[in-house]
Amino acid sequence: MSGAGIHGFGAYVPVTRLQRSAIHAFNGWFAGGLKGLAKAEKAVSGWDEDPITMAVEAARDLYADGARNADAVTLASTTHVFADRANAGVVKEALNLADTVMTMDAGGSQRCGTSSLIAALDAAAAGRTTLHLAAERTTPKPASEREMTAGDAAAAILVGPGPGLARLIAHHSVAMDFVDHFREAGEGSDYDWEARWVRDEGFAKIAVPALKAALAKAGLDGGRVARLIVPVAVRGIPELLAKSAAIAPEAIADTLGTVIGHAGAAQPTLMLAHALETAKAGDILCLVGFGQGCDILLFEATGAGARPRLGVSGWLARRRESHNYGQYLFHRDLLSLEKGMRAEHDSKTALTALWRNRKAVMALVGGRCTRTGTIQFPKTDVSVNPNDHAIRTQEDYPLADVPARILTYTADALTFSPDPPSCYGNIEFEGGGRMMSEFTDIAPDALEVGTDLRMMFRIKSFDELRGFRRYFWKAAPAH
Amino acid sequence: MARGIRDKVAILGMGCAKFGERWDKDADSLMLEAYEEAIADAGIETSQIDAAWLGAAFDAVNIGPSGIPLAMALRLNDIGVTKVENYCASGTESFRGAVYAVASGAADIALAMGVEKLKDTGYGGLPVRTRGTTHDMIGVTGSAPGNFAQLASAYRARHGVGADDLKRAMAHVSVKSHANGAKNPKAHLRNTITEEQALNAPMIAAPLGLFDCCGVSDGAACAIVTTPEIAKSLGKTDIVTVKALQLATSNGWELQGSGWNGAYFHTTRIAAAKAYQEAGITDPRNQISLTEVHDCFSITELVTMEDLHISREGEAWRDVLDGMFDADGKIPCQIDGGLKCFGHPIGASGLRMIYENYLQLLGRAGDRQRAEQPVFALSHNLGGMPNQNVSSIAIVGMMGA
Repeated sequence: MSGAGIHGFGAYVPVTRLQRSAIHAFNGWFAGGLKGLAKAEKAVSGWDEDPITMAVEAARDLYADGARNADAVTLASTTHVFADRANAGVVKEALNLADTVMTMDAGGSQRCGTSSLIAALDAAAAGRTTLHLAAERTTPKPASEREMTAGDAAAAILVGPGPGLARLIAHHSVAMDFVDHFREAGEGSDYDWEARWVRDEGFAKIAVPALKAALAKAGLDGGRVARLIVPVAVRGIPELLAKSAAIAPEAIADTLGTVIGHAGAAQPTLMLAHALETAKAGDILCLVGFGQGCDILLFEATGAGARPRLGVSGWLARRRESHNYGQYLFHRDLLSLEKGMRAEHDSKTALTALWRNRKAVMALVGGRCTRTGTIQFPKTDVSVNPNDHAIRTQEDYPLADVPARILTYTADALTFSPDPPSCYGNIEFEGGGRMMSEFTDIAPDALEVGTDLRMMFRIKSFDELRGFRRYFWKAAPAH
Repeated sequence: MARGIRDKVAILGMGCAKFGERWDKDADSLMLEAYEEAIADAGIETSQIDAAWLGAAFDAVNIGPSGIPLAMALRLNDIGVTKVENYCASGTESFRGAVYAVASGAADIALAMGVEKLKDTGYGGLPVRTRGTTHDMIGVTGSAPGNFAQLASAYRARHGVGADDLKRAMAHVSVKSHANGAKNPKAHLRNTITEEQALNAPMIAAPLGLFDCCGVSDGAACAIVTTPEIAKSLGKTDIVTVKALQLATSNGWELQGSGWNGAYFHTTRIAAAKAYQEAGITDPRNQISLTEVHDCFSITELVTMEDLHISREGEAWRDVLDGMFDADGKIPCQIDGGLKCFGHPIGASGLRMIYENYLQLLGRAGDRQRAEQPVFALSHNLGGMPNQNVSSIAIVGMMGA
């Protein structure tokens, strides 16, 4: 048995990058002390995104065009959408994975991302492959420091038996109920204690010993560490850890704070995925997870293995700058706007219909006629082919990863949308199949007949009356 | 092909309520207003009506899901009343029910009523509604302008028409309809507009601006039909008959199949070809005298001119700009103001179109009467959206034409 390792990695960063100066321009009169943080930008997900949709994208990034192998899917987050409905189970459906996959949600701490990764590595030692996902979409209070430092992102690591592209050397954990901040279930924002105390009593006295213990367990000197991954938004903490463990300052990984922000429990996985992009054979990667204790993971890169479709860098390049702080607040339910009567339309979901149509709704599985090859969405009893309305001849035909293009479009300012105008149109999939689709991540003036599209799993609508959300696929610009 | 119903059914009388924001009227009062005109025109008693059809599209905010409101509003004589709905084609659908009843011999005299009471929603435009639990999970419930605006994007791409040229042609459609509506005392909108106003109006769903969109109205329209023989026996001399009545309904090919380019109505082309065959029309561009088409949006009217085989494909925008469809043009379109200005009480619109064509054929259209006596008058009533719809065509003319 050659132990466990990382066999793939991927990430997702929302396209919108809110300028922190725009936040401060609005809040500065009240929270003048945050001026020092009003620099650079943070990634903010759209109204139609949440940890589930972001995790789906990170997983798709990981798998790229390859086979979707996984025995289990885990999703770590402290901002899970559902308290009682498997969040990882929704991801599993969207990825169209086999029903025999085990799913599990991890949460409850900033450390849940690294702890679930450790659990996945332990499972790999027992021969199981886990798609480890982490995603976060926080709702920090306006004018708080967290609002400045937080960002939305998701990341994916495929963990399995064998060394893959980075073999696990050792992991070490300690658990202590050190409450540097907290958020009760159902609350939107965190309550933070003084940062100096967190540094002196938390990082220095919990993380530092854990790091030293892990290195000792692995028989490694700090100097061997090529990349120290410390997902902490507080300045000076990575340096403190590096110094105390004799790790070279150059080894400290970019926290991505200026380009994404801190994505909570997803940040360790995100930074690990980022580090793996450039890791060379023999590089030692040291990952720290902090929160009511500490997890330390040590990997050695092998130089082998699959690459993601875009990776953190690729997603960072797919970027749209925003100065619209009001839109950010509204999309996070932190600002109440008059939505008009058209928003009163009832979005009640018939759970019976959702269940029987789950392949079509959740995984965008259409049909292909086994007699004529006609591809269509959705799959129906009678084929749409006008020359052969064959009955019950269709097999499943997944369309989520098939490129598409715009056939017709509009930017509709009348229909209710949290992000008007509502852009939608008829689209055509490469190789056949059509549907009317909403467009997302697109500027209204960028719509053209023939524009290349890529489908993305998004929130379709909210049922505010019953506290439910509907997911479906939307078309985004392919490039 | 079936033998069709050409000249088998005559229009005995028609009526139409004033369309508009009828804040003071319920649906039953609107129906009565249309009916009083129709029954007086027909010269019969209510007790002579054998069967009735009621067209309404938004029953949930309107009259509820049955024929009972019509039976009650007019105190019909315990006859069968059927409520029909086929999106915005519901008015022509009710006409079809009555006409088929007479053509089959099942009824001697039948009534078609279309009504819509839409101004109780609290906002402008059509009510947002479900299209079924499964559709709501995988389809797009956009607005009507958003659905029809897509015609323009596809039309431009398909025919290489510049955005400005198409926008100007669309503006011409609306300027013309406002000019016509201004002459119509029953019209909802009676103001004229300029091309500049149309071009510079606020955007509703790109590229449709405010004046590219019809509003929604309260209103009702009514037809009483019988056989030509009974019409004669009742003393009618100028008899308008139904020459063709066709309906085509999307089976999903446009939305889900391949081949449709998004720039036209597949169903309208089918229904028009069948209607011309039924009416014995071989050269629509030269035989149709006037049209009332479903101009819910300017772009709809424009592409419909092609789908009716009146304009050549890709050239309707030129015909529009040439004034071919103006009131004094070769084939006036919406000489009464159309949906754009007469108004669009959904279930009533198909019957309102036939009402106008009937008046024009009988020379009773007042200030807006077409100068030259019409021969064949076509109405086109469309429900749904470009990729999924119900298209209906009714052609009427004088008996023997």
